[in-house]
Amino acid sequence: MKHHNLQFDAEGRLRHFIDIEGLSRSILTEILDIAENFATVGTQQVKKVPLLRGKTIVNLFFEPSTRTRTTFELAAKRLSADVQNINISTSSTSKGETLLDMLRNLEAMQCDMFIVRHNQSGAAHFIAEHVAPHISVINAGDGWHAHPTQAMLDAFTIRRHKPDLTALRVAIVGDIKHSRVARSEIHALNSLGVPEVRVIGPQTLIPPEATNLGVHIYHSLEEGLQDVDVVIMLRLQRERMEGALLPSEHEYFTRYGLTEAKLALAKPDAIVMHPGPINRGVEIDSAVADGPQSVILQQVTNGIAVRMAIMSLVLGRAPQGEEGG
Amino acid sequence: MRLVIQHGRLIDPAQKLDAITDLYIADGRVIAHGNKPAGFVVDKTIDATGKIVIPGLIDLSARLREPGQEHKGTIASETRAAAAGGITTLCIPPDTTPIIETPAVAELITRHANDAGFARVLPLGALTAGLKGEQLAEMALLHQQGKCVAVSNACRPVPQTRVMRRAMEYAASCGLPVFLHAEDHSLSQGGCAHEGMVSTRLGLPGVPEAAETVAVARELMLIEQTGVQAHFCHLSAAHSVQMIARAKHDGLPVTMGVTPHHLHLTEMDIGFFNSQCHVLPPLRTQRDQEGLLTGLSNGCISVISSDHQPHDTDAKLAPFPDTEPGISGLETLLPLALRLVHEGVISMMDVIAKLTSEPARILNLADSGTLAIGARADICIFDPEQHWTVVPQRLVSAGKNTPFADWELIGKVTQTLFDGKLVYTASE
Repeated sequence: MKHHNLQFDAEGRLRHFIDIEGLSRSILTEILDIAENFATVGTQQVKKVPLLRGKTIVNLFFEPSTRTRTTFELAAKRLSADVQNINISTSSTSKGETLLDMLRNLEAMQCDMFIVRHNQSGAAHFIAEHVAPHISVINAGDGWHAHPTQAMLDAFTIRRHKPDLTALRVAIVGDIKHSRVARSEIHALNSLGVPEVRVIGPQTLIPPEATNLGVHIYHSLEEGLQDVDVVIMLRLQRERMEGALLPSEHEYFTRYGLTEAKLALAKPDAIVMHPGPINRGVEIDSAVADGPQSVILQQVTNGIAVRMAIMSLVLGRAPQGEEGG
Repeated sequence: MRLVIQHGRLIDPAQKLDAITDLYIADGRVIAHGNKPAGFVVDKTIDATGKIVIPGLIDLSARLREPGQEHKGTIASETRAAAAGGITTLCIPPDTTPIIETPAVAELITRHANDAGFARVLPLGALTAGLKGEQLAEMALLHQQGKCVAVSNACRPVPQTRVMRRAMEYAASCGLPVFLHAEDHSLSQGGCAHEGMVSTRLGLPGVPEAAETVAVARELMLIEQTGVQAHFCHLSAAHSVQMIARAKHDGLPVTMGVTPHHLHLTEMDIGFFNSQCHVLPPLRTQRDQEGLLTGLSNGCISVISSDHQPHDTDAKLAPFPDTEPGISGLETLLPLALRLVHEGVISMMDVIAKLTSEPARILNLADSGTLAIGARADICIFDPEQHWTVVPQRLVSAGKNTPFADWELIGKVTQTLFDGKLVYTASE
């Protein structure tokens, strides 16, 4: 399995960040620890560290995104890198220029890192496989496959509230089947030693043989939320109604929408998370999204520190000891 | 040209023959086994000591990409690859551009194949006009004037059961077999890998097993009602094989085919997005693979065909779901089939039958797929002991797309004769 080591260079250092699958607990923990060092940068008067000065980072987004792209951009700028945003509608690549042609052109512009979001599963992997050796690739979401930086920022947020990950029950609620966030979170939580990861949703939104990913499946929100420490709500795409996967938003909210009453079934100190953007009244009630147990906005803030950690680690400039922060 | 193939081990399943003997050929036909016929003057002798001599293989499904996609392959390039694989007869699905829905397109293909001279190419006519699944194609004309040996809708859907029923009825009344690709497109839509463990892990849109079994069930009911002779090409699911085997047992005129890649690979081979394993129907589970192997060894599956689909390099260079499905399979067909003999799945005689006499029977070819006296001198000679490693760039086919790169295979074609002429000699 030669692809297994795609994320590492010949010396075993992290060269790309594509997928949580295949990354050890020690690397994931290292990322979280580095992110702790960066977490204070945003609160300083000068929100910059010179770690990636002179590096050129390209945000290569084949799928629209505001939040993820912005936090990557801020993370890169706080590391003093130069950032270029390139938004490409997938239709333009189908006008003859292949993805590989486009890559070759960007490589010729002497960049150091591509941050890639694409609507097809495996796109970041494909780009990492074919990119010039001096370029690193970070996956900012590929199809339904992986969104590893989101998973890391979620793990970071959980760890800040619940430092002992090995004592937690985590429930992920909603459209698991089409969710790259869920797949990466499941891998990350399992690798970090979370003993019980649950997925909750109707069978139409749970992928086949999901138990192989290392989760317990629940179709009832009430049962699944019993005694959990963390509730991660997923966004429900409206097109799921058209695919005959769900009858209506109303029925979905009735069965799986997170309300204060349902949240009461979880542990009293349970935290509520959501990768955003949220659909109020579809998967989550406003009272919960804005309530005391919600850490949704902290996730956004933490996203910057975690992405700084990953970028600096991948470009080989992680802060060490006294240099850190 | 008068030829003798000496000292080879002749295996001809059609005659249940397995013996070391000489084979005499004149004017493109087999004229004698064993003793030299009186007055036979040898123009050329082929020494087949230590080799196995079998009828040229008959491949029931191979895309040559011409007309329409000549950047992927041509009739000349792909029939040359066929010769290198010991294949002397190929059936071409009708999804060329233009579609094989007029005798003119069928004639063009056979003419180009004749000009190339490496193998016999038998076009499959369209089942429905434009393969759109709405109206019947001109099957009788395709048969009579275009020399189409069977009809098929290739991999395109016939969503309306009424149309499929009428098409089968009409084909039956023309005496034409129907080649079926069992796929319910409303279930497979958008999918690029078996819906299961691997698609779940990689987040790939899945093709559920039911996409095949539901279609098999429908077609079986219609075959029963219409009485058409039907061949299910390249099955992927164990349940499909069981359903068809039962129907066959009940007397339905059905046969089944399978590809070497579905016999040797599973969804696990996709690994981390290996686009060479992107095929349709998709590679399924180990349980399915075992079901196919069982169907093969108990005789329910009578044919192995390549489902050859050569591609240009770019077709496989994209994120997995954006790559084009298919494998360049002509040159690995025989060695991958022989591997089943080495693995103890099936006997040498039976595996050769599934590549020669069985497909000939489906096509009603009396003088092909056998080395009986009077048969066409389409012959494959292979070295059963030769080990070789698959190197994509060394394939004769224009398509270098194979998931079997670096596999060590045993058994290599050394010579191929087509119409009594030597069309391939291995370089080593």
